Amino acid sequence: MALLINNTRARYGLAAISLHWLMALIIIGMYPLGLYIDSLGYYDAAYKTVPHWHKSIGVMLMMLLVVRVLWRMMTVQPKVLSHSVVQKRVVKIAHSSLYVLMAVALVSGYMISTADGRAIAVFNWFEIPALPAVLNEQEDVAGLIHFWATTTLIILAGAHALAALKHHFINKDKTLSRMLVSTGRA
Amino acid sequence: MKMQMKSLIACAVLAGATLSTSALYAADYVIDNKDAHASINFRVSHLGYSWLQGRFNTFDGEFSFDEANPAASTATVNISTKSVDSNHAERDKHLRSDDFLDVSKFPSAKFESTAFSMNDDGGAVMTGNFTLHGVTKPIEIAVTKLSEGDDPWGGYRSGFTGTTEFKMKDFGITKNLGPASETVYLELHVEGVRQ
Repeated sequence: MALLINNTRARYGLAAISLHWLMALIIIGMYPLGLYIDSLGYYDAAYKTVPHWHKSIGVMLMMLLVVRVLWRMMTVQPKVLSHSVVQKRVVKIAHSSLYVLMAVALVSGYMISTADGRAIAVFNWFEIPALPAVLNEQEDVAGLIHFWATTTLIILAGAHALAALKHHFINKDKTLSRMLVSTGRA
Repeated sequence: MKMQMKSLIACAVLAGATLSTSALYAADYVIDNKDAHASINFRVSHLGYSWLQGRFNTFDGEFSFDEANPAASTATVNISTKSVDSNHAERDKHLRSDDFLDVSKFPSAKFESTAFSMNDDGGAVMTGNFTLHGVTKPIEIAVTKLSEGDDPWGGYRSGFTGTTEFKMKDFGITKNLGPASETVYLELHVEGVRQ
């Protein structure tokens, strides 16, 4: 059976699957990395390198999110495998919230580092310039938003994973398996 | 009625005269923060290799200085701690956190003078209570009078510089930046507009 790039109404294509899991892995890694940065002392050897990685990866995530949203708008979405109207609505709200939280987490992170006009050096490979600050003590406000948006995102992603497992083991439908491999009838 | 009016005017003239004479003796100045002819700067050693220079952008204060009676000089300065600016947002965020200034708990720092004494060399020492991080301690500021005189806009101005130093841990800021970086050196440039 051939691998399929595009989504259909029945299953996800390879593009959506790759973007989903790549971003999932990075986000799951970034959260403890952020907490680790918060715990670092001034004389820790990682005090400069780890924040640099965190910011660089964050910029990559932002780019992936833009590609993902564009791709999502360009392709059809597989049908939600729930029967009740209420459940379908909840799923829709939860999925939209995941996107909003990703965007808020990424933008707020950017706003911390660029509050004073400094650019973000991405792996010393290229730089993302700063936009003018829009708030007083922007780094403080953005820092608070960054923490709560990322924490909520991780919790919601956990619920999202549990829901997928519930579909797989209890409902015994294809919700999870169609996000794992892109094969089968179109 | 006419008499009353006359005496009222006389009173007012007299009061005005008294006020302007007293102004000649005890000159009260307001620190010119509006047009930023004053700054509160600090420096802390970075690893013992060089200086990290920063400042507080928002403050207000007034002082009183009388050439004829310098011992009667007084000064009060209020500093908004969240206005700390070290030209690096991420560092400023850290400086405002509870590791250092803890600005949500201690939004202001304050200096209130208690004594002023002239040295023989023309310098002076202003003693006062400094409140930072919720801790009040006496400190001494070495003061140098720069100059005073009319400004081009009809006012009268007087300028001073002051320097002092203190250990962060004396004010309950216990974050360890290393042995070379325990002391904060404050440098104040103050221009007052006479009221």
